[in-house]
Amino acid sequence: MSDAIVLKYDVPGDDFTRAGEASSDIKQKLRKMGIPPEAIRKVAISMYEGEINMVIHAHGGQITVEITPEDVDMLLEDHGPGIADIEQAMQAGFSTAPEDVRGLGFGAGMGLPNMKKYSDEFSIESEVGVGTTVHMKVRF
Amino acid sequence: MSNGKFENSVRLDRDACKGCTNCIKRCPTGAIRVRDGKAVITKEYCIDCGQCIRVCPHHAKIATYDPVEHMKNYEYTVALPAPSLYGQFNNLDDTNIVLTALRKMGFDAVHEVGAAAEIISHISRDYVDAHPEQWPLISTACPSVVKLIRVRFPNLIPQLLPLEAPVELAATMARRKAMEDTGLPSEKIGIFFISPCPAKVSSCKYPLTVDHCDVDEILAMKDVYPLLLPYMPESAEQPEELAEAGRIGIGWGNSGGEAGGLLTDDYLAADGIENVIKVLEDLEDQKFTNLKFIELNACMGGCVGGVLAVENPYVARVKLKRLNKYLPVAKNHEVPEDLGFWNREIEYEPVFKLGSTLKESIAMMRKVDELTERFPGMDCGSCGAPSCRALAEDIVRGIAKESDCIYILKEYIQHISDEMSFLDVRKNRKENKNDDQGTGGQGDL
Repeated sequence: MSDAIVLKYDVPGDDFTRAGEASSDIKQKLRKMGIPPEAIRKVAISMYEGEINMVIHAHGGQITVEITPEDVDMLLEDHGPGIADIEQAMQAGFSTAPEDVRGLGFGAGMGLPNMKKYSDEFSIESEVGVGTTVHMKVRF
Repeated sequence: MSNGKFENSVRLDRDACKGCTNCIKRCPTGAIRVRDGKAVITKEYCIDCGQCIRVCPHHAKIATYDPVEHMKNYEYTVALPAPSLYGQFNNLDDTNIVLTALRKMGFDAVHEVGAAAEIISHISRDYVDAHPEQWPLISTACPSVVKLIRVRFPNLIPQLLPLEAPVELAATMARRKAMEDTGLPSEKIGIFFISPCPAKVSSCKYPLTVDHCDVDEILAMKDVYPLLLPYMPESAEQPEELAEAGRIGIGWGNSGGEAGGLLTDDYLAADGIENVIKVLEDLEDQKFTNLKFIELNACMGGCVGGVLAVENPYVARVKLKRLNKYLPVAKNHEVPEDLGFWNREIEYEPVFKLGSTLKESIAMMRKVDELTERFPGMDCGSCGAPSCRALAEDIVRGIAKESDCIYILKEYIQHISDEMSFLDVRKNRKENKNDDQGTGGQGDL
């Protein structure tokens, strides 16, 4: 039997009140698994940013988290509009979030940069009209 | 664990406990289970928030504190009233009246905790300004919040404001002054905190952040209040000049009061343990920006909402506010140079960890997930755990069994009864057959 545990989360789209549920749940579980606090923090922040992105831009999506004794692996998949220029999207402060969302304090253009900053491995693939997949890993 | 690291201030009255689900459902850290019909508190999880005391309809959860009779045990007694005490009285326009009544009740000296709070406010202002790398700093005056962060939010430990709670500072200053004034040795002087809060009992008797706490006895505000009432009219006629605290110090009794004393707008104040947890979760995810300070109080309304207070916290809040107009903003205090700071570090206590190694814990978590799926998800509490998931964890930890779930038990009984009726049918058939053979009558089906 493998040493991993796999957890799956459905992130509902356009519902800000529920954004953060998945990262909150994973935090609780990682704490109970005795994962080092610093790694929990990195996972929580990067996953929360990912969740918010799914809510704002992609009408929701799925997150699959695999936890092993060495690392936490996060796969975030959505079937949203996709990102035309990933390089531009990765720049701190760049945002396409609509005004009403910015009014809520979101959309400061730090989502993707923070996900990259707080994960030890980060990759993103996106196709306009098809969706976006982000892969992150946090090592202990 | 015998060094007082996990002591708490809640006791159970076993005779009064009915084994209902009220406390297990409301405990914010999931520290309570009902076993063999009685509530059991896991010390390591308990943060002394007092929620179970508040919600128990049978008054089976009891706060521990000291009896007023202990005043007799000392040659010289000093009362340290918490700011929230003033919120218990109607139409109070002078804090000296309450302080005089305390003297008439038998205390040799009285020093307001609010005065020490003003000193802590002063030290906090300097500390917050000097440490932007720790922003937002988290207040540490509420012992339940400190205990909560210690077991559940390890990432936030570096942001804790490393200062004594006002009562700790007040106690040390009061002892020094009493020894100077009387020449008595320390042990003959009794420092009494008049407290709205049972969490202060464990935080004073088993301090986590200082080597020693100078509070000797903790009296419940609800015990002292009725003893003060008879002295109030005469105290009002000729109040002694005893007040040492102004608006800032007394404001500490309400949520937002401590933050108000920092004289900045860049703060957030949350009260009520569930709200506190929500704020800490969000803080851990870095959802807040541009804040310098976060004030957190486990009780609704702040210390006025403590379980040992008498008055409704919202009414007490109004009363404290009304009192404000008679008070100076703050009084002048000599700030003692050697006091006010922690001399011990808070360390993360991973009490919720499932296994002893990562590998084991992951395997256990997988088992918890599997078991949780099997349960009905109603979180009914009949098993004695607050939720189906909590029962699954208890089973994996080896302290509960699947048949503690009444739905699983029902299925099991159903299964047995099906088997029995099946056996019954077979038995009947056999008997019928025998009868048939015996009588030579018609064959069965």
